[in-house]
Amino acid sequence: MSLNIIVLAKQVPDTRNVGKDAMKEDGTINRAALPAIFNPEDLNALEQALRIKDENPGSTVTLLTMGLPRASEIIREAIFRGADAGIVLTDRALGGADTLATSYSLAQAVKKFGNYDIILGGRQAIDGDTAQVGPQIAEKLGIPQVTYAEEILGVKDGKVTVRRRLEHGVETVVAPLPCVVTVNGSAAECRPRNARRLMKYKYAVSPSEKAKLTAEDQAFVDARPYLNIEEWSAAYVDADPEQIGLAGSPTKVKAIENVVFTAKESRRLDNNDEQIEDLIKELITNHTIG
Amino acid sequence: MAEQNNLIVYCEYDEGKVADVSLELLTKGRVLADRLGVKLEAVVIGDKLDGIEKQVFPYGVDTLYKVEDKRLFPYTSNPHASVLINLFKEIKPQICLMGATCIGRDLGPRVSSCLHSGLTADCTSLEIGDHKDPKTGKEYTDLLYQIRPAFGGNIVATIVNPDCRPQMATVREGVMKKEIRDENYKGEVINLEPSKYVKDEDFVVEIIDRHIEKSKVNIKGAPIVVAGGYGVGSKENFQLLFDLANTLGGEVGASRAAVDAGFIEHDRQIGQTGVTVRPKLYIACGISGQIQHIAGMQESSIIISINNDPDAPINSIADYVITGNMEDVVPKLIKYYKKNSK
Repeated sequence: MSLNIIVLAKQVPDTRNVGKDAMKEDGTINRAALPAIFNPEDLNALEQALRIKDENPGSTVTLLTMGLPRASEIIREAIFRGADAGIVLTDRALGGADTLATSYSLAQAVKKFGNYDIILGGRQAIDGDTAQVGPQIAEKLGIPQVTYAEEILGVKDGKVTVRRRLEHGVETVVAPLPCVVTVNGSAAECRPRNARRLMKYKYAVSPSEKAKLTAEDQAFVDARPYLNIEEWSAAYVDADPEQIGLAGSPTKVKAIENVVFTAKESRRLDNNDEQIEDLIKELITNHTIG
Repeated sequence: MAEQNNLIVYCEYDEGKVADVSLELLTKGRVLADRLGVKLEAVVIGDKLDGIEKQVFPYGVDTLYKVEDKRLFPYTSNPHASVLINLFKEIKPQICLMGATCIGRDLGPRVSSCLHSGLTADCTSLEIGDHKDPKTGKEYTDLLYQIRPAFGGNIVATIVNPDCRPQMATVREGVMKKEIRDENYKGEVINLEPSKYVKDEDFVVEIIDRHIEKSKVNIKGAPIVVAGGYGVGSKENFQLLFDLANTLGGEVGASRAAVDAGFIEHDRQIGQTGVTVRPKLYIACGISGQIQHIAGMQESSIIISINNDPDAPINSIADYVITGNMEDVVPKLIKYYKKNSK
């Protein structure tokens, strides 16, 4: 059975490696100082999608991302690793969206895409850690969701079997297609880039990127339809302007602060035996340890 | 039932016990409800719910909604979501709190999407306060401030839902304190007819196998926590922390960076996206101290930070700062503890 698989992915600032220059003086994020990466758990989701494709010849894997035009970078990355195609949903009107406005916009894009059997995505993105967009898209599309997936055990007879990793154990569930499955970081790592695909697709570009190329390079891309990454606008996916971006977001950020912890008067010790032994004696004497 | 504008907590229930995280939220919910002058309500959805009110009323619950059907346990997404959606349409709570557990984080978004109400995940603090919209100038009173670290824990954001109800938030286990209001507190039980709230078609996902075991790791209750960060450097070096924890009678915890690097299992992660701990002694080894970590340990009585970097952010909240390699310092702590303890 061939399946149409959509993988939802996000390009995120690498919040795990935040340097001292990541925050501006005014307490806002200096995005320029953070490298933009493929959200890690979305790569786990991509791997599960590619495995379904391996098992079900003729299936297609399409990456769908919402973000800035430069998010085409993660689409190329996914194509190098085995995805068939990608779509960047990008529009100024989508900016400032909370999870609900984001899931509405992505659900509209999925509807525009049309014929889909299964939607995969990472459990959560490292810049927000909310894990909300997957279940919200499922609700907007009126289909079931399976969250915290660790392995897709198989797709058969219009149903998918999934092993879920929960706080204190595992659960195996069977869900009817179409459905949304969000994948944990504990799932299998994504396969690396394939050298042959890298050669074939390294010039794949979105319309925004193509516009910056020379006429000659544009002609080269035009002659090869597989090098064209799609870019969709809010209007193209028939998004209601009231439900997208900042206007469509029920949650508002009231304040953002750099946290200043009440600094304690720390006692500074060197790594020498005498000071460490004194510390231990003190902790024993005041019954903190022992 | 008419619109009531109360505060409701979705309570998780398994093996005859209401989950700790739900009781913690009832404790917080009671305080917020008092501040707002409204009732505290709870909803439990599942099977075999006899006598469960005895567990929740002492936390100051005024109304307990019970929805009992054997198909409602174990938890699946659509049926529980349908119950809440239909119940909330009737009683219109102004605030709904849930545990930021595998269940709450699966259920909350589905409910909020259907009701078009805002949801904030993993709050570390909840308060009531006023808000003025910077654009329209419209003023709001008594909104729920949903406070959480964001952006990988590098900032703390206060989120409000000015216009949509209920204002929904999830909170991790251990973040709020569990405290009985009154052993003899009397509330009302309302049994809801399941068929009015959930349709047969909602039962679409079938659980074919389930192995749930209680976590073997108990860092939440440990009096001493020895925690390692990315600076520990390797899985092998974490063994040193286990040695120290065993010597002192404590447990080993970790920062998210150490867990992400694969040095140690996720069960031991401390911080906003892990467990919150309040031990009498917290020894942070090679932990720089991102907000999201500090949020989960700052209430420890005594904090010792061992770090190469004399300016590591965590040092500012530490009682003792030892500047040095943890590979050198930890064995010395073990050695002098053994020498000086009886």
